[in-house]
Amino acid sequence: METLMIILIGILTSVATYLVLSRNIIRVILGTAVFSHAVHLLILTMGGLKKGNVPLLTEADAPYTDALPQALILTAIVISFAVTAFLLVLAYRAYQDIGTDDLQALRGTNDE
Amino acid sequence: MMNNILVLPLIIPILVGILLVFLRPYIRVQRVISLLTMIGIAFISLYTLNRIQAEGILRLDFGGWKPPFGILFVADSFAVLLVLTASIVTAICLIYAFSSIGERHEKMYFYPFVLFLVAGVNGSFLTGDLFNLFVCFEVMLLASYVLLTLGGEKRQLREALKYVVINVLASWFFLVALAYLYGTLGTLNMAQISERVAEAGQGPLLTTISILFLIVFSLKAGLLLFFWLPGSYSVPPTVVAALFGALLTKVGIYALFRMFTLIFYHEPAITHNLIGIMAGITVIAGCIGALAYKDLRQIVSYNVVIAVGFILIGLAVATQTSLEGSIYYIIHDMIAKAMLFLLAGTMITLTGATKFDQMSGLIRNYPLFSWMFFIVTCSLAGIPPLSGFVGKVLVGQGAVETGSYVLVALGFFSSVVVLYSLLRIFLHSIFGETIISKEDEMPLKKGLLVPIVFLGIGTIALGLGTEALASYVSDAANTLSNPSVYIDAVLSENK
Repeated sequence: METLMIILIGILTSVATYLVLSRNIIRVILGTAVFSHAVHLLILTMGGLKKGNVPLLTEADAPYTDALPQALILTAIVISFAVTAFLLVLAYRAYQDIGTDDLQALRGTNDE
Repeated sequence: MMNNILVLPLIIPILVGILLVFLRPYIRVQRVISLLTMIGIAFISLYTLNRIQAEGILRLDFGGWKPPFGILFVADSFAVLLVLTASIVTAICLIYAFSSIGERHEKMYFYPFVLFLVAGVNGSFLTGDLFNLFVCFEVMLLASYVLLTLGGEKRQLREALKYVVINVLASWFFLVALAYLYGTLGTLNMAQISERVAEAGQGPLLTTISILFLIVFSLKAGLLLFFWLPGSYSVPPTVVAALFGALLTKVGIYALFRMFTLIFYHEPAITHNLIGIMAGITVIAGCIGALAYKDLRQIVSYNVVIAVGFILIGLAVATQTSLEGSIYYIIHDMIAKAMLFLLAGTMITLTGATKFDQMSGLIRNYPLFSWMFFIVTCSLAGIPPLSGFVGKVLVGQGAVETGSYVLVALGFFSSVVVLYSLLRIFLHSIFGETIISKEDEMPLKKGLLVPIVFLGIGTIALGLGTEALASYVSDAANTLSNPSVYIDAVLSENK
């Protein structure tokens, strides 16, 4: 199961890398979103994917699942959601004002 | 619980920031409240700092969850010294903002976002949990994204896009490193991580993870991976640039110091040498940048890069002396860089030109202002009795102790370059023929001059009052060079 997950994470990461390296800003933003999915799965996998009971004291005799990675992912999802939303608005505003979504054209010049 | 005071530098700016959102039309009220908040936090951290001297490292377990199970704040001298300096610098920058930022910004929630930024910075300094550090970083970064884009000029939007994307990627690496660390050690409490690394030995796997963290924090601090820095620090309004230059890179530097003194200190041959090489290259590249440009904002931004490299030399050699030197230098650099950014920004506002060869003879028009520029030049070059001196000497001494002569040479070579790059501005723009006649002269508002003078007094006072600061700094360096002090304070039961 862990092996499958790691392969999936690898695929997601390579897709995201491909997207982030493109010149179109929307693709870059989508790339960062895919990146965040990959890392959330990674955190989940790192916590161990074994089946177990809920981590409660009354159920303590059975092996229990580590709940911390879920909590971490929840926080990370919220943050990446907020940042992606901000980034999309920023890209839209930049497109309106500068009139391009091509990163090559956003390099800027030295003489301003 | 007397230790509840530890959370105040994080929680007060957030609550006040939210309050100020509702006070949007009342600009004067916003100004007064935000300034009072920062002064209040400065006093709180001063009080905390003195308590640490009396009682040792303080900690606050949120919700009563004993470490290592809960999230906690840990206040040692290093963290609280930085919180104190950050609050003072922010308060002074706010005074500058009152007469420079303009009503349009003030009505668009400028003050709340400055407070959120401060909350993130203070939280990053004080937290004792690695995941919480990530969250505080994000709080700080989101506020910085907004401050960078506020105003919505074309070049701001352009640079902000790059800045945000680079930081999103850095945060991604942070999460990857956290996941690996959690998978390896099964804990996120920094003291317990340190303990477990010491027990298990820092094998190749952990060293790789530590290098991943090094990449993350280097991106944030501008150590070697600083390519994003000059662009994004030269586009926002002066006061925002000053806040960024003074605070943001320091948070990355702080995280590097924590990671590589508390947790990953077992393999200095790999990690600390790598930091040394990166610091050396950063210093050289920063020097080239500072000499290559004529645009004041670019020169000032590259001066930030040089300082980052210099501070990290102290971490690379990691003796108690050099750590002490780095701590002095971080405090000095927060004050002096804020001052330098404010001065450069004011010069651009006054003359309307951005390059130093387009200005001349400002000393006739603005004498006090010009002498302030001279003070900051001397201070950054490390001329006694100003504040840069002690830090430079101690870092140099530490590097000599370990025989890292290349780093010593680079460190002091950089001082000369800093001196040259700023003296060039001084001779061209401040001395030289007066080209602005008395009639055309743009009046220098008191509100712009006063905060610069405050920072100038700050750098002189820090230089002369080193003795008063010495006990705090040596305690901070002691905690950094003896991780067990920190670990015992966090994991002991009776607190």
